[in-house]
Amino acid sequence: MAAPALPLASLEWRTSRRFWGVALLIVSAILFVALRNQWLLPHDDDAEFFKSLNGLRDWVDANRSSNLVFVLVVNTIRLSIAGLFDLLQGILIGLTWPGVTVLAGAIGLIFAGRRMAVVMVAGFLAFGLLGLWESSLDTLALTLGAVVLSLAMGIPLGILAGRSDRFQSVITPVLDVMQIMPTFAYLAPMALIFLIGPPAAIIATLIYAIPPAIRITALGIRGVSGTSVEAAVSLGSTRWQVLRKVQLPMAKRTIVLGVNQTIMMALSMVVITALIAAPGLGLDIVQALERVNVGVAFDAGLAIVIMAILLDRLATRASQRVDVRTRSGAAESTRQRRVVVLGAVGVTVVAVIVGQLVAGDGTFPDALRITFREPVNTATAWVEANLFGLTNALKNAVTGVLLNPLQTILTTSPWWLVGLVAVVAAFIVSGLRPAIVTAVCLLGLIGLQLWQHGMETLASVLVGTAITLLVGLTLGVLSARHDRFAAVLRPILDAAQTMPSFVYLLPAIALFSATRFTAIVAAVIYAAPPVIRLVEDGIRGVPATVVEAATAAGSTPRQLLWKVQLPMARRSLLLAANQGIVLVLAMVVVGGLVGAGALGYDVIAGFAQREDFGKGLAAGVSIVLLGVMLDRITQGAGGRPTGPGRPVAVVPPGTTIQAGVTGA
Amino acid sequence: MNGTTTPTVSVKGLWKIFGPAEHRLVGSADEALTSAELRQRHASTVAVRDVSFDVQPGEVFVVMGLSGSGKSTLIRCLTRLIEPTRGEILLDGEDIRKADAVRLRELRRRRFSMVFQHFGLLPHRRVIDNIAFGLEIRGDDKPTRYARAQEMLSLVGLEGHAGSYPDQLSGGMQQRVGLARALAVDPEVMFFDEPFSALDPLIRRDMQNEVLRLHHEVGKTMVFITHDLAEALKLGDHVVIMRDGLIVQAGRPEDLVGAPADDYVADFVRDVPKSHVLTLRWVMREARPDDQLDGPEFPPRTVIRTAVHAAAATDKPIRVVDDGRLLGVVDRAQILAAIAGLEDG
Repeated sequence: MAAPALPLASLEWRTSRRFWGVALLIVSAILFVALRNQWLLPHDDDAEFFKSLNGLRDWVDANRSSNLVFVLVVNTIRLSIAGLFDLLQGILIGLTWPGVTVLAGAIGLIFAGRRMAVVMVAGFLAFGLLGLWESSLDTLALTLGAVVLSLAMGIPLGILAGRSDRFQSVITPVLDVMQIMPTFAYLAPMALIFLIGPPAAIIATLIYAIPPAIRITALGIRGVSGTSVEAAVSLGSTRWQVLRKVQLPMAKRTIVLGVNQTIMMALSMVVITALIAAPGLGLDIVQALERVNVGVAFDAGLAIVIMAILLDRLATRASQRVDVRTRSGAAESTRQRRVVVLGAVGVTVVAVIVGQLVAGDGTFPDALRITFREPVNTATAWVEANLFGLTNALKNAVTGVLLNPLQTILTTSPWWLVGLVAVVAAFIVSGLRPAIVTAVCLLGLIGLQLWQHGMETLASVLVGTAITLLVGLTLGVLSARHDRFAAVLRPILDAAQTMPSFVYLLPAIALFSATRFTAIVAAVIYAAPPVIRLVEDGIRGVPATVVEAATAAGSTPRQLLWKVQLPMARRSLLLAANQGIVLVLAMVVVGGLVGAGALGYDVIAGFAQREDFGKGLAAGVSIVLLGVMLDRITQGAGGRPTGPGRPVAVVPPGTTIQAGVTGA
Repeated sequence: MNGTTTPTVSVKGLWKIFGPAEHRLVGSADEALTSAELRQRHASTVAVRDVSFDVQPGEVFVVMGLSGSGKSTLIRCLTRLIEPTRGEILLDGEDIRKADAVRLRELRRRRFSMVFQHFGLLPHRRVIDNIAFGLEIRGDDKPTRYARAQEMLSLVGLEGHAGSYPDQLSGGMQQRVGLARALAVDPEVMFFDEPFSALDPLIRRDMQNEVLRLHHEVGKTMVFITHDLAEALKLGDHVVIMRDGLIVQAGRPEDLVGAPADDYVADFVRDVPKSHVLTLRWVMREARPDDQLDGPEFPPRTVIRTAVHAAAATDKPIRVVDDGRLLGVVDRAQILAAIAGLEDG
């Protein structure tokens, strides 16, 4: 951050920035009026380029079993991961449902205490009662497989990044790109290389879930007090001793938080991989959405929510107990623990044997069923019948006032005008490099023959981001200023942030049926919690002495907010905008499932129809380009360095880490 | 400063430069540039500039300087926690800079140890395991290191706290743990990096007395860094004052107070109670024929305030006698002037 030496110079730059911004707006408005509907790049579903991508797919298919790279590398990876999945799935099936349920309870008991044991058993019984036992176990097996691989690779890489500046600087941009890449984008390439099914799903999940494992591990290692490391070195420790006796134990808490987040992100992604034919609860939702059967989707959504809660609570409680246990450390409690573990194992073995005898094929008895299908469908029908006026008015207002005009402007302007405005805006806001990145991304969009669809998606993203920021700022400011409001909001945000993104489609579609607006609503629900958090943290982070000084000078609460708290929280607010826009994009494209058109739909169509494969692949890449572009443009606004301090996309409920991540 | 024995630590021509010019600056014409010029021309900072000194066996050697004077870098160079740019560091005649990684580790494990400003304790280990840490990493077996750690625990007065965790102790107690950890490896030289500046004044005084007591009991050679002049004068057998990476003055505490080398040092020592530091040698005058030479008798190394009682009990001047030879006399006027902090003479 090269701060200008003189305050006067910075003032000049700021006013000139504003001047150029206004000038840009006026000039482009004039050009738009004069040149609209010329230099368009209309969409062509049957573009030659898409067909050539189909050709690529055909080539891969033809050479899969002959090309050496495929035979030796790709197939080996695919088969070993498939083996891992089959193993996990086999174990879970072999244990039978009573065995798995009791085992879950036992794990809860051993790692997180008696209450968690009860919650675990109740949760697993719920999977069975909802009639989703097999789907749930498939989802669990996929998640476990991805988590095991993510941690096995992520923690060593994180340690490396924590100890070596050079490795950190190499891996940081890679992680940046991995984290802004909307999940939708890399499903198609994964399916192309690894075929559809569990292996491709696990690899896609790995890509999504590994960045926090690496980042937070590195953060933990780097957070270890320099003096402690220095003291160990001064006593003659080897590098290995420093790692094992000082850095790892002191970073353990942080690393466990990273594990927690990796698990939650893996679950979230595993659900989405249903689109490339991964089995499990996600597939149930996709199929229900295709039939617009909200009730069926609700049951599966509920099961996902329960699983998210179980995994999150288990990981969180287990990590809290790690500390307590090392502290107490007495021989007595070790003996007591041993008894608990032995007892838990014993009960599990009994449950498995009983399960083998009673439910030989391992399936949950059909006689026991609870489903919310009917009530939810009734409720949805009621909403459609009675709230139609309200929801429809809201939908039409946003669509008519914001979405349509914006989309029209973006799609009827000359392509070079849109590009020019974006590049100049990037330059004004963030500087030269983001401007170049923006230009490259937009040219890429043209090259991929998806300009028109890209602009339509961009319109939805911009509207969604605007609404998200409005909601996020309002609620964030409220909860920063009213402790009671914050106390009510916090558990809701915690819960919202552990939910897999897919779940957010359900309330949106129940209220607004399938339209572009529905995707925007889902995106707002998805992106608002982290934005609210960042705003609240930013305002609460303003030093108490400054607030005191302003109050002592006679500021009203309103003056305090506008003249002190918001300006001083500027970095957090800009970060919130950056996070908001990236998250909204990720969700708007998922919204292709519930009626949003453009790039998200192209991706889904690419999975569904063979002849649309090429377009879907190109759309996936286009989404990445849009993501990189939007991220770079908003990132420079605060003069924010892209260092290890870059926050992870989903903030875990353990908020201590959040302060660590954003504070850097 | 030149004793007949070999110095325990001997530093010769030590340089440390941070920045891109680290290895081409020393010996070039630019090495004489001021800090500001170096920063501008080479984007480099000289933290330690051609420093040389000897530490005699068993003494407390204090390096005093304000923040940014290079003292912390200097002490880290001595143990190569920071790699020096140039110069020689001899420990009992062995050049530490020539040690390879294995030898350096061996030196750190057995020959010297360090106490840190912010303690550097390991929060996940109990006090006893913190103290035993140095023994553990050099491979001592469990009974040996616990026995030794227990011994150190009593030595620093922390019996009964073996099972506590560092965050359950007060700052002063934590630094006692740091002290015990450094003592546990039975080093030849102990390095202290501003060990007490993070502590409250009262605790600080206790800890200083503790160090004096330990020094008396275990007789280690100590190199002590501080920014506190009173601490330097209280603990140091020899004191060097650093500024901008250079040694401004080196000597006994009384030399610094009695004969500051320049205005910088003079400014520093202005408020020091002279009667607590200066010895009779600094205030005595030639005996005149009319002096009554049967007053109390003191050696020249006596600190002034020790002689106050004797001076108050008699009208006669105090005789300063070394080996039966009369060096001079001190009368009440000089003692009062020293107590009042007036310029002597």
